[in-house]
Amino acid sequence: MELTLWTYEGPPHIGAMRIASSMKGVHYVLHAPQGDTYADLLFTMIERRGTRPPVTYTTFQARDLGGDTAELVKGHIHEAVERFKPEALLVGESCTAELIQDQPGSLAKGLGLDLPIVGLELPAYSKKENWGAAETLYQLVRGLLKDIPQETLKQSKTSWKDEGRRPRVNLLGPSLLGFRCRDDVLEIQKILGEHGIDINVIAPLGASPADITRLPKADVNICLYPEIAESTCIWLERNFNIPFTKTIPIGVKATHEFLDELHELLGLELSSSINQNNQSKLPWYSKSVDSNYLTGKRVFIFGDGTHVLAAARIAKEELGFEVVGMGTYSREMARKVRSAAKEHEIEALITNDYLEVEEAIKESAPELVLGTQMERHSAKRLGIPCAVISTPMHVQDVPARYSPQMGWEGANVIFDDWVHPLMMGLEEHLIGMFRHDFEFTDGHQSHLGHLGGHSSTNEVSSQNAPIQELSNKIDSQKALHWTKEGESELAKIPFFVRGKVRRNTEIYAREAGCTEINGETLLDAKAHFAK
Amino acid sequence: MSGSTLLKETGPREVFCGLTSIVWLHRRMPDAFFLVVGSRTCAHLIQSAAGVMIFAEPRFGTAILEERDLAGLADAHEELDRVVKNLLKRRPEIRTLFLVGSCPSEVIKIDLSRAAERLNSQFNGQVTVLNYSGSGIETTFTQGEDGALKALVPLLPSSKEEQLLLVGTLANPVEDRLKTIFKRLGIQKIESFPPRQSTQLPSIGPGTKVLLVQPYLTDTARELKNRGAEILQAPFPLGIDGSRLWIEAAANAFKVNQSLVESTLSPLILRAKKALKPYAEKLSGKKLFLLPESQLEIPLARFLNNECGMELIEVGVPYLNREMMQSELELLPDSTRIVEGQHVEKQLDRVRDSNPDLVVCGMGLANPLEAEGISTKWSIEMVFSPIHGIDQASDLAELFARPLHRHNILNPKTLETA
Ligand code: SF4
Ligand code: SF4
Repeated sequence: MELTLWTYEGPPHIGAMRIASSMKGVHYVLHAPQGDTYADLLFTMIERRGTRPPVTYTTFQARDLGGDTAELVKGHIHEAVERFKPEALLVGESCTAELIQDQPGSLAKGLGLDLPIVGLELPAYSKKENWGAAETLYQLVRGLLKDIPQETLKQSKTSWKDEGRRPRVNLLGPSLLGFRCRDDVLEIQKILGEHGIDINVIAPLGASPADITRLPKADVNICLYPEIAESTCIWLERNFNIPFTKTIPIGVKATHEFLDELHELLGLELSSSINQNNQSKLPWYSKSVDSNYLTGKRVFIFGDGTHVLAAARIAKEELGFEVVGMGTYSREMARKVRSAAKEHEIEALITNDYLEVEEAIKESAPELVLGTQMERHSAKRLGIPCAVISTPMHVQDVPARYSPQMGWEGANVIFDDWVHPLMMGLEEHLIGMFRHDFEFTDGHQSHLGHLGGHSSTNEVSSQNAPIQELSNKIDSQKALHWTKEGESELAKIPFFVRGKVRRNTEIYAREAGCTEINGETLLDAKAHFAK
Repeated sequence: MSGSTLLKETGPREVFCGLTSIVWLHRRMPDAFFLVVGSRTCAHLIQSAAGVMIFAEPRFGTAILEERDLAGLADAHEELDRVVKNLLKRRPEIRTLFLVGSCPSEVIKIDLSRAAERLNSQFNGQVTVLNYSGSGIETTFTQGEDGALKALVPLLPSSKEEQLLLVGTLANPVEDRLKTIFKRLGIQKIESFPPRQSTQLPSIGPGTKVLLVQPYLTDTARELKNRGAEILQAPFPLGIDGSRLWIEAAANAFKVNQSLVESTLSPLILRAKKALKPYAEKLSGKKLFLLPESQLEIPLARFLNNECGMELIEVGVPYLNREMMQSELELLPDSTRIVEGQHVEKQLDRVRDSNPDLVVCGMGLANPLEAEGISTKWSIEMVFSPIHGIDQASDLAELFARPLHRHNILNPKTLETA
């Protein structure tokens, strides 16, 4: 058993639902107990959709367990096909159904139905949501394409030239309950259009089974979300010789590289008529003097592999932050995240344990957390500003306004969203200078429009409770005593870096072998760690 | 029984499981923790429902079963002990720990009641460990609260003292208000269950008269009765009539002078009628269709029909305890169509065919129906709103008038098209 306060991903059948709901003409019969229909809310409330997900649940109850649950499954399959008349059918189990082993996939195939049926094997006790989505997309694509003769469709790098048409690509990976997929697709589609590249199929979001059968007609696959589409891209490469892009266009630099990579794969010249540098406003905003105070802001990054890798790069190379912690819950992406972390001279945290992440945030005492909905909990507890960069998310991260993360406009959105929670420059200076104000108190962020944060007031009154806890822990290894004067010197340190300074001072004191910390020790430590 | 038509339907259901009760119970008793023993699905359910709130200190969690647990490689009870120990280390302030059963834990038959007993003796004094089932296969939505309260009943101290016990979750201000009214009637001792702190449990015994606040407490009521309490028969305190009859049931049991009841309640009733009028006017004549969700459907339908003049097309309930609903059923208009159970697809066909003005349904259906042009009221709001008592009648009506009102604001009829 694993104690889980918050889970970063849902069970794998949620991933399968994401594929079915993102698509058109696909129906999903899910063998599941009464109650698992809660998953509909993810689509009707969080994604705010005006249609029911195309899912028929068997919703068995305890009294059904004594009877023939297999018959129940068959009945629901018949009804679903009859009522919804899908072009293709997914059949699978939820975690509870997995325990009673009715094999709904093979049952469905034995019913003599005249449509493609994909039986899903999603081990609910060892795999999770993204894996479930990737596996479902892969099985569906494979199931629909396996009979298509490969020879007739084999593409070469230049077939678009030979055929005298514009190159066309598939956009693979975008799905409902993905992070800002709706607008990422629009942004990438727009950018590609400007470069004379057409879209063949976007999948799973908006695609029908008929569209899936057209996948092999593309010159290149664009793998926008590897967590969902990498296995499918690899399969399409192997079977239809379609290469796919590996760069994810989140961030200005990454978008440039993505375009280079794509043009290379297509054998297409980068158009010189497009001024590559002024497409996004992030570079100028970040360069302008107002952003000076962002330099070296300590940031902790957590989320799915793709968004973490992108965020770390933007944070360091485009915003001038210092990445003091990074990690992911996507085990499949662990290797990449580890090697990226090395570049920041830190060790990556690969875990799906929310408590471990919280502990790591506490240890690295960042000034900003870029994470998931879950990190907002820890950040609240620790009193640290936070922005959401990845799923899991909640309804506020499916906004009405255009909010891509990818491409040029995505970088604009990112600049605004990540900088917003930080204290604005002027206020930061004034609070550093005058600490006795009755309105602009320690930790207060007046641009967020409230009277001192809950966290900030706590922070002040309880004297850095969480950080205190942390230092207690260190203290227990060897008693360190802060003198009154030392504490008051510490209180002069601006709010958001105070945790870091306390920690450094204690490390310094321990190294120097002193057990008492006064104001001088703190200043010594500051000089010691100055870069 | 009244002249309602009682029908049963089976088929696909669109309801929450009992685990969802944690979403409000953790606020009612902040010193309690709810540990689900289940799968990632169960963890995902609760966090999807409650995770939009940001918690500095989570008050619920899931012990997720792993393959080792299923294969019997790990002793479930040792595992559970380990998990509980870790949890209590992090959260030493927890006073009551609920081990909540789920579909997976029930299908593989983990004996959580035994686990609770064992842990109880281990942590003797520091924390009380209890067990109930919130699984989808056994419980629907609010039935989870029935399970949780039932688990607490054996812990209630015994007493023969004469008292009134209000059973079922109430919003704090409503609880205070109802107590004030009963005090005016001269009833001295009034307690509520569940309490605001899990450790401050009311006593129970032969002197206790129980008023059920909520209609979904079948098992809890039975257990309370077994402890010697008297369960008063009454409709539920929704709307003016329901609340009046509910209060009068206690007054009768405590032999309160009829004229005192009259003089206490009539000013409240007068004021409530006045406040209700504008909403009743909006709702009057409108066709209402309720889908099964919480067992609150029958009392709601009774209020919306009798006091707001709505026309009832169908009243769906996930579960119907006829005995407990008796007083309610008598107040329903003849030939009301009550459907116990659900075939959600067929029921939606009936919704569309009957062209209702307002559909009370779950959130899985609300937006899709809105998109079809059918106004909805999402039903779980009723378990999150202060709706009980005479003074709350207009607020309760407002909950139903609001979507209609909103529809009018957003789609103003111009003179031409009107
Ligand atoms: S209340 Fe204000 S300071 Fe506190 S976390 Fe929220 S935004 Fe930040
Ligand atoms: S229906 Fe069963 S499996 Fe699903 S969340 Fe509820 S208890 Fe868990």
